[in-house]
Amino acid sequence: MTTNKIPASAGGRIDETTGTETVGHEWDGIEELNTPLPRWWLYTFYATILFAIGYMVLYPAWPLLDRATAGTLGWTSRGDLAAQMRAADAARAGTVAKIAATPIEALPADPQLMQTAVAGGAAAFKVNCVQCHGAGAAGSPGYPNLNDDDWIWGGTLTEIEYTLTHGIRWDAAAETRSNFMPPFAGSFDAAQQSALAAHVLSLSGKAKASAAGAQMFADNCAACHGAGGEGLPAMGGPALNDAIWLYGGTAADVKAQILKPRHGVMPAWQGRLDPVTIKMLAAYVHARGGGQDPAPAAPATPETEAAKVAAK
Amino acid sequence: METVVKRLGMWACVLMASIAAIALTPDSGFAIHAGIVGLVAVILIFATATSYDPMARAQSIFRMPPGPSRYDDDVIRWGVIATMFWGIAGLLVGVVIAAQLAFPQLNLEPYLNFGRLRPLHTSAVIFAFGGNALLATSFYVVQRTCRTTLALPGTARFVFWGYQLFIVLAATGYLLGITQSKEYAEPEWYVDLWLTVVWLSYAAVFIGTILNRREPHIYVANWFYLAFIITIAMLHVVNNLAIPVSFLGAKSYSAFSGVQDALTQWWYGHNAVGFFLTAGFLAMMYYFVPKQAGRPVYSYRLSIIHFWSLIFLYIWAGPHHLHYTALPDWAQTLGMVFSVMLWMPSWGGMINGLMTLNGAWDKVRTDPIIRMMVLALAFYGMSTFEGPVLSIKAVNSLSHYTDWTIGHVHSGALGWNGMITFACVYYLAPRLWNRERLYSLRMINWHFWLATLGIVFYASSMWVAGITQGLMWREYGADGYLVNSFVDTVAALHPMYILRVVGGLMYLTGALIMAFNIWMTVLGKQRVEAPMGETAHDDAADRPLPPITAAQPAQ
Repeated sequence: MTTNKIPASAGGRIDETTGTETVGHEWDGIEELNTPLPRWWLYTFYATILFAIGYMVLYPAWPLLDRATAGTLGWTSRGDLAAQMRAADAARAGTVAKIAATPIEALPADPQLMQTAVAGGAAAFKVNCVQCHGAGAAGSPGYPNLNDDDWIWGGTLTEIEYTLTHGIRWDAAAETRSNFMPPFAGSFDAAQQSALAAHVLSLSGKAKASAAGAQMFADNCAACHGAGGEGLPAMGGPALNDAIWLYGGTAADVKAQILKPRHGVMPAWQGRLDPVTIKMLAAYVHARGGGQDPAPAAPATPETEAAKVAAK
Repeated sequence: METVVKRLGMWACVLMASIAAIALTPDSGFAIHAGIVGLVAVILIFATATSYDPMARAQSIFRMPPGPSRYDDDVIRWGVIATMFWGIAGLLVGVVIAAQLAFPQLNLEPYLNFGRLRPLHTSAVIFAFGGNALLATSFYVVQRTCRTTLALPGTARFVFWGYQLFIVLAATGYLLGITQSKEYAEPEWYVDLWLTVVWLSYAAVFIGTILNRREPHIYVANWFYLAFIITIAMLHVVNNLAIPVSFLGAKSYSAFSGVQDALTQWWYGHNAVGFFLTAGFLAMMYYFVPKQAGRPVYSYRLSIIHFWSLIFLYIWAGPHHLHYTALPDWAQTLGMVFSVMLWMPSWGGMINGLMTLNGAWDKVRTDPIIRMMVLALAFYGMSTFEGPVLSIKAVNSLSHYTDWTIGHVHSGALGWNGMITFACVYYLAPRLWNRERLYSLRMINWHFWLATLGIVFYASSMWVAGITQGLMWREYGADGYLVNSFVDTVAALHPMYILRVVGGLMYLTGALIMAFNIWMTVLGKQRVEAPMGETAHDDAADRPLPPITAAQPAQ
């Protein structure tokens, strides 16, 4: 391709270093060689063009008036996603049906099913729950830690499932869990406030108890929080004797909560998540470490325990 | 006298309009921008009134050209200084936001949070640093390869100062929270209109100079500059079509909506890379590499073919930014295949640059400027190969939305755009200020190695981060459920983010050394240092030994 014949009009010269002729122009001392296109470059360029043509035949490519060419493979991104989702659903269909058919309190009886439910719950938790409860479910101020055994609304599988389904103080859900701690601002003078806060802290050994504080606690608080501050999960009365605090554990924090209580809200997940996912979430939260067994009223408990032991 | 009065009147009108805008707008950010415009008008009124001297009108504060016998280089000198200034500013903000990603406590609300500093970084490095480099070199190259002075010298000065005003308005707007939320096109409608005026003036100066040329042919660098100027004008106008909410407020709404808006945005965004950062910088390469190497350009034919194929193919590749989105499948297909076809046309520039060194390869050892150019071309080649790879849908499904994209962009931006700009500025400084040589060649060496190591730290940490992130996002357990939450992936990337800060700091340090070197060169100083790259050579000893047999018979 490269020749040593230079058209007279071009006025090129042979570059000594490379033996190639120049084109003959010069700009500010810059000349250009007339080197032919590198073959590997040209053939690779052709290869990418051939690849492009082949790809455009196989896949949707050219826009027409009301639609585009579909491509001979019939591939669409929506169809591809649907096929992948179907495959994933099919792979899980057996366990999902099994979990749907099993009442949540019976899940621990089938350790393998329970394990699957916990795995599914962990995945759903990462998507839906970590925003408030944290990636490790350890909570943050105002958002309960789910790893401990302190349960405001009860920590059995059934109770957790109910909380997830209906939410807490979630007005849109008819059966939402709801309670209301009255604000005591204006009811006590400063000395009384301090005495009461000190008594609350004394329940977990963090301050000195006083008779005045104890009396005020008995009159105003015990109905919901229990006489010894042990809490009343049926009403959502938090335990005050375990040194676990939702809104902070200093005397000032406790005082603030007495005077002007905050009321956290958790959305109801019914309608947003399907019942099986909610069940799996409850299993996961229960399995974090602090899950409680059903009240001893259930006579089946020994058998369940035996099954658990057997599974280990 | 009359022209001075007219000018004073015009600036006074601008001042009045900006005062009226400050008084009437309910939008505090808009008021600050009107204040900046008013301040510029005050400076110009002052400058026009004090510099009024009929005898020296030609040499006003804007330093009119020296005459037809010399090239008009004042704008270029300002452009080189502006390039260095904005380069340091942009790199510094880059290091700050990299640190913010590793340590979120560094977000200072509200003006210095990541959301506002990030567009400040991208615009400062692309449009302020890169843009000033392109302005300065294009005016330098077009004069010399056309063997004529700049057409419309007054307009050329307006282009430079008008462009700086655009940068100041854009940058302060980001910090004040004024943005139309289009990546790389964040400035609002009034700043966009101003840039349109400046850009069309730039086109007029450049095209006018080419029309005035004293050479029969247009040099290849000027084709690339021309493609860059014309295409950027088109991209800028179309992507920024918007309707302001009020003429006394910053806010506007895009003329496009939904996926059309997204596609217009990425048609713009990708071609900002293609025509601003590729075509424009290839133009710089086509002049400064053969000049510095003292060799002819490798292949005229290749330059024609790769120019036209690059220009034709690049403009269609934008949809690859929208793989697996609401964009129709057919558009995604076209975006991908045009990107794949773009591989060789992009490499044509690299081949032409590197092979121009045929016969001058020894200079890579001895000439630090050539070494920077070679590294720039190597990174150009690498990132224009990586680009088509990332555009393939199967690869993109892993890489998209991850830090791999950030690594890709920076190997191109730091490696190609940064290094070729540094090399050109090192070439220009002694020539523009008429110095015998740079203050120090050895400092270029320091700059070279700091920048190279910085890029290696940056790009490799982002590759690892991006692939880690992509794999963690798509990791499913045996039960068919996702394994990681988003925050797990963020925690996993923390060490990589710290390495990125280290890389960025090294790159910034190199640029600071350069700024010092250029400044000392401008001041006319020369560092006393051993010359570089001279291997000891004793000509007298460079002889064969006398034949041994001739010595033997004497015994």
